[in-house]
Amino acid sequence: MKILVCIKQVPDSAQIRVHPVTNTIMRQGVPTIINPYDLFSLEEALRLRDKFGGEVTTLTMGPPMAAESLRKTLAIGADRAILLTDRFFAGADTLATTYALAQAIQKIQKTWGDLDLVFTGKQTIDGDTAQVGPGVAKRLNLLQLTYVSKIVEADAEKREVVIERRAEGGTQVLKTKMPCLIAMLEGTNEVRRGSISDSLRAARAEIITWSAKDAEIEDLGKCGLKGSPTIVKKVFAPPVRTDRAAFVEPGKNAGESADALIEAIFKRHPALEEDMTKLASGF
Amino acid sequence: MSDKPAPAAPQQSRASAKKELPEHFRGYKHVWVFVELERGEVHPVSWELLGAGRKLADQLKVDLAAVVLGAPGEATRNAVKESFVYGADLAYLVEDSILGDYRNEPFSKAVTQLVNTHKPEILLLGATTLGRDLAGSVATTLLTGLTADCTELAVDADGSLAATRPTFGGSLLCTIYTLNYRPQMATVRPRQLPTPVRDETRVGRVVEFKADLDEDKIITKLLKFIPDRESSKSNLAFADVVVAGGLGLQSAENYQLVRNLASALGAEFGGSRPLVQKGWISSDRQIGQTGKSIRPKLYIAAGISGAIQHRVGVEGADCIVAINTDKNAPIFDFAHIGIVTDAIRLLPALTEAFRKRLSPENADRLAG
Repeated sequence: MKILVCIKQVPDSAQIRVHPVTNTIMRQGVPTIINPYDLFSLEEALRLRDKFGGEVTTLTMGPPMAAESLRKTLAIGADRAILLTDRFFAGADTLATTYALAQAIQKIQKTWGDLDLVFTGKQTIDGDTAQVGPGVAKRLNLLQLTYVSKIVEADAEKREVVIERRAEGGTQVLKTKMPCLIAMLEGTNEVRRGSISDSLRAARAEIITWSAKDAEIEDLGKCGLKGSPTIVKKVFAPPVRTDRAAFVEPGKNAGESADALIEAIFKRHPALEEDMTKLASGF
Repeated sequence: MSDKPAPAAPQQSRASAKKELPEHFRGYKHVWVFVELERGEVHPVSWELLGAGRKLADQLKVDLAAVVLGAPGEATRNAVKESFVYGADLAYLVEDSILGDYRNEPFSKAVTQLVNTHKPEILLLGATTLGRDLAGSVATTLLTGLTADCTELAVDADGSLAATRPTFGGSLLCTIYTLNYRPQMATVRPRQLPTPVRDETRVGRVVEFKADLDEDKIITKLLKFIPDRESSKSNLAFADVVVAGGLGLQSAENYQLVRNLASALGAEFGGSRPLVQKGWISSDRQIGQTGKSIRPKLYIAAGISGAIQHRVGVEGADCIVAINTDKNAPIFDFAHIGIVTDAIRLLPALTEAFRKRLSPENADRLAG
């Protein structure tokens, strides 16, 4: 089975700081990680390869330093890693990103043969859009399975895939055909650490690096800032409300503080007391 | 969209970008809301979107249309009627047995065909598992811009949609435009916006649309739908009272204090994103941009610092009470009532004090 996994290198969101004066992101020194959602898809891809044979290729578009995240995917167990990097890609929104990725995936298929499955993460932790997976699927005419909680069956011979998908009020069990794109839900598997031999191999492995030209991207006008229909006009910190919280003075002990706080709540919202009395007694 | 690898600088350089709408997009008019009908039920986010769409349409002096896709039958017809009650002027109705259950192929085909035929300037969808699956496909097919998880939608002076959303992992907000492509597409998460007031007297026009769909050509088949057990559903998004904890609680054991207070109040409980990452709570209990948005009457945040991604999920609450040891914590910038103290110590006392205050005996005495 030939499988591709798209990943993204993202700043560790827990460590992002905003400059207090300029309101810009202070990126220096912020450690980067593989987007955590991508790892569940990578793990699922590796399980399918281990079961059916074949190979797992990882792909990312990003700055040259994203090679480090790709190297980690090799250490976890991927067979090949490709970095798509070029100044033409800078400033891409999701539509421009899906164009570049789809073009690169076509080049991958030309080079190493047709893919059976493409995986992406559910969404990234920095963009949180969940749009790149569906966009790549549409551009490559792949059937699309998002929010997948379980791969029930993947039959390379019959080219059939059965999955469970999280819907709003329940779980859909869907059957479709390869090639398709799958975005796994978080927490659906335990991501492996990778073997020692994989780590050793990864340390010396070549990260295949493609420019736009190497990836045979047809139309550079569809890449990066130029190819992005959306325009970020303004980045800002949310306005601070002029009426800051009304502070309740803590009492001599927790009990007094609690009484004072409840007093303040019901003074501000008198109707709440009756509502909450009903709620507390189970009405 | 904030899926940009580049830092803020090149984005700001586009702040001067001008609206130069190509000729073929100039006929795109009216505001559309995709009404999410699944298994006979409309997702309430659809009504919330109609409320927001109504304001946009009034400002633009255009119509607000509901887009209803579903299997022929009463539930689908009812969704159309309800759309009028919540503010739509007209409804595009695509009735087809193929559209009974959501599948990406027929839904994205039908919506794309509808857009190409009737040409809206704005198309809004809910940021649900269905809406996000669909919106990404439709926007890519139409080669237009899509802004995810907006917290505010507005029309600016030249009639463009200004879509504001958190960016950089929820540490800042940004306003995004799709100046020169149509339709301008955006998704909004459930409970981010208020539900509009029902107006039972409202009626509207129904425009039936026959989509070119053929079950034989649709590859993906639904084998089964397993509904969630009632007991496993959390009512967090619709609860009147919510108690939540953050890293200030210091340990998973201390999170129990939040549950105890919630239980005494008959409230729902939740937490900030780091608690999910630490495994203290499950992801369906996460409150904030990437979790659930809530609009309770009372929200008690214990040991939550109040990052933007959390703030945008709770600002719809009538009363926000913050408990934090750091008087400079950003949560005090948007809380209504604050107390600077250790939540670990206050929560048990608060649970006890609320129990006494809200006991039926006490209520009787108040009434008497």
